[in-house]
Amino acid sequence: MSDKIRKVEGITKESTEALIAETLAVYPEKAKKKRAPHLGANDPASGSACVKSNKKTVPGVMSARGCAYAGAKGVVWGPIRDMVHVSHGPVGCGWYSWGTRRNMMSGITGVTSFPMQFTSDFQEKDIVYGGDKKLKTLLEEAHELFPLAKGISVLSECPVGLIGDDINSVAKQSAKDLDIPIIPCNCEGFRGVSQSLGHHISNDTIRDFIIGTREYAEPESPYDIALIGEYNIGGDAWSTKPLLEECGFNVKAVWTGDGELEKIAATHKVKLNVIHCYRSMNYMCKVMEEKYGIPWVELNFFGPTKIRNSLRQLAELFDDTIKAKVEAVIAKYDPIMQAVVDEYKPRLDGKKVMLLVGGLRPRHTIGAYEDLGMDCVGSGYEFAHTDDYDRTAPEMPDATVVYDDPSEYEFEKFAAALKPDLVGSGIKEKYVFQKMGVPFRQMHSWDYSGPYHGYKGFEVFARDVDMAINSPTWKLVKAPF
Amino acid sequence: MRQIAIYGKGGIGKSTTTQNTVAGLASIGKKVMIVGCDPKADSTRLILHAKAQNTVMDLVRELGTVEDLELDDVMKVGYGNVKCVESGGPEPGVGCAGRGVITAINFLEENGAYTPDLDFVFYDVLGDVVCGGFAMPIRENKAEEIYIVTSGEMMAMYAANNIAKGILKYASSGKVRLGGLICNSRNTDREDELIEALAKRLGTQMIYFVPRDNQVQRAELRRMTVIEYSPEHKQAQEYRTLAQKIADNKMLVVPTPLEMEELEELLMEFGIMEVEDETIVGVAEAAA
Repeated sequence: MSDKIRKVEGITKESTEALIAETLAVYPEKAKKKRAPHLGANDPASGSACVKSNKKTVPGVMSARGCAYAGAKGVVWGPIRDMVHVSHGPVGCGWYSWGTRRNMMSGITGVTSFPMQFTSDFQEKDIVYGGDKKLKTLLEEAHELFPLAKGISVLSECPVGLIGDDINSVAKQSAKDLDIPIIPCNCEGFRGVSQSLGHHISNDTIRDFIIGTREYAEPESPYDIALIGEYNIGGDAWSTKPLLEECGFNVKAVWTGDGELEKIAATHKVKLNVIHCYRSMNYMCKVMEEKYGIPWVELNFFGPTKIRNSLRQLAELFDDTIKAKVEAVIAKYDPIMQAVVDEYKPRLDGKKVMLLVGGLRPRHTIGAYEDLGMDCVGSGYEFAHTDDYDRTAPEMPDATVVYDDPSEYEFEKFAAALKPDLVGSGIKEKYVFQKMGVPFRQMHSWDYSGPYHGYKGFEVFARDVDMAINSPTWKLVKAPF
Repeated sequence: MRQIAIYGKGGIGKSTTTQNTVAGLASIGKKVMIVGCDPKADSTRLILHAKAQNTVMDLVRELGTVEDLELDDVMKVGYGNVKCVESGGPEPGVGCAGRGVITAINFLEENGAYTPDLDFVFYDVLGDVVCGGFAMPIRENKAEEIYIVTSGEMMAMYAANNIAKGILKYASSGKVRLGGLICNSRNTDREDELIEALAKRLGTQMIYFVPRDNQVQRAELRRMTVIEYSPEHKQAQEYRTLAQKIADNKMLVVPTPLEMEELEELLMEFGIMEVEDETIVGVAEAAA
């Protein structure tokens, strides 16, 4: 949390509210009434949400949201590297979600990691006669082909839920027959209002099928922690995990980026859970807290200021050994980070950024932009809940616009008024803004770059932001409108 | 808590039998919940004296998502403190009624409708198990006991046998068992003997023979169960006896469904079906 309220020149509560009113003016009455509570001017002092969230998208406007299946396959289960993840249903969902999130994996393909596309490829006959038998065969074949896979997740696509196939019963029987964990996940895309429910359902399956089923081989230590909600996008975990280890911690498991099933299953033995993406995994942190008494702390590994604060916050929970190590680490990286800031800040100072992303980035990345002298003039989430917006309020400057599940129209309208120097959002938004002549970074997948987490990530982040904003290309592009 | 699913041919009287039986259980002090699993949503009207209860799916349609629904919106309490929920679903010919059942039961589970004080949960399910959705009530951790409502009519017995086939499939992978046949009499000849015989072939019992009595219809006109409308009437006593038999029932079996030929033999034995004369099959009137 930032200590003082920041202001951005030209942005006041009145100006933001006028902008919102102007934006809403074009809507029919019903849509206006529905959308109005989802747009607001930030009040950092309140520390609470200024918008309504986690509601059904208004029909007729383009939404950036995904589905429950996307939340389960793409976010929570998919990144676990030593498992086979089955997209159960017609081929498209599995195909188009294959590798697109850039959650990177180590290991040897087919031996210790399985970054492949497994699908039951439903046909008409499977819809009519049910797909249970096909699933059973698939599970046998997957196990036969890849005997070293530690387990299999079965991720339901829409039709499976519609025809009422009982994947839970097939998974249970096959798990017994094949003697490996098989996790049925009823994450049909039509469930819930966004991918958020997919995260929750997946967390529930981890609770019901995984946690507590394994133990770590090594003896316990007081410095055993788990890194939760770190998905290794563009190699993020390969920056944060070594950083935490340098601070003296044993990172026993990463959930779930480049994750390993058995380490995740033994996480009930750690002393503390460090959560990065709160939205997608707070559920399991709370389960582990209630069931095993493991405390958890939410940290931010974007940009040197937040990293420093986070590491100290973490050190406070441990002994002097850790505190000393953390201070040594901060002292080691501070000058390196200062050099990065010195290089890029002169070119980025005073620039403005607008964000529309997923789980944690609309708030967590703000500090990293500020380290580079930039201001966040608008931020919003695709699928956040009130507790996310509560956490966002203190991070954003005063009276800046907050938008929940905005339509393309709203997002463009805000950008046209606020004239950001950079927009950070997803693939569906990218070309819209680039055609408007606005620099853009895809902030779901780090735009084919990364990592952005940790000290190592900040160097890459600063370089990418500079490259996007200060590319001479923009001088050659003239938007036709 | 015992969870019980009631199946049977459409129109056989499942909803009437279920509600009267539940009223019977309530009258002997049992705590019961009825979950109607039929888009017609008529599984609770006699308990609630209502035309049609607000169903889970009606409200989901109204609110847009199931997440916005509260348990209190869909659970009503009627005669004998019986808790009532209807899954609801689309009108015939559109959408997916089966998914409606899945959505509703998931909703009830997630929102704590299955409280430990309940002695019984009854699922009143649409005529045939036409898709996976209508098998939802007999999935693992749901109903483990099934009663089939039938009568001495041929089609009702066909349906009962088909349902037994469905139960067999689920019984082989789970704990669901057949508790018996309830004969809802249509006053056909030797009906009790016939259903006894069918039950025996299926490896189960005829748990009770409910005689036909117009008092049931008189009570229904008032949207009441016989138990509530006329507790002293002999038909009320019949349902109380059925309720007690179900409460005491220990005979839970994996059914042995009949082959079509065996079933036809049985029907012929009781004179419901004539022996087929193969020589007349496919021969037009003029050619005969």
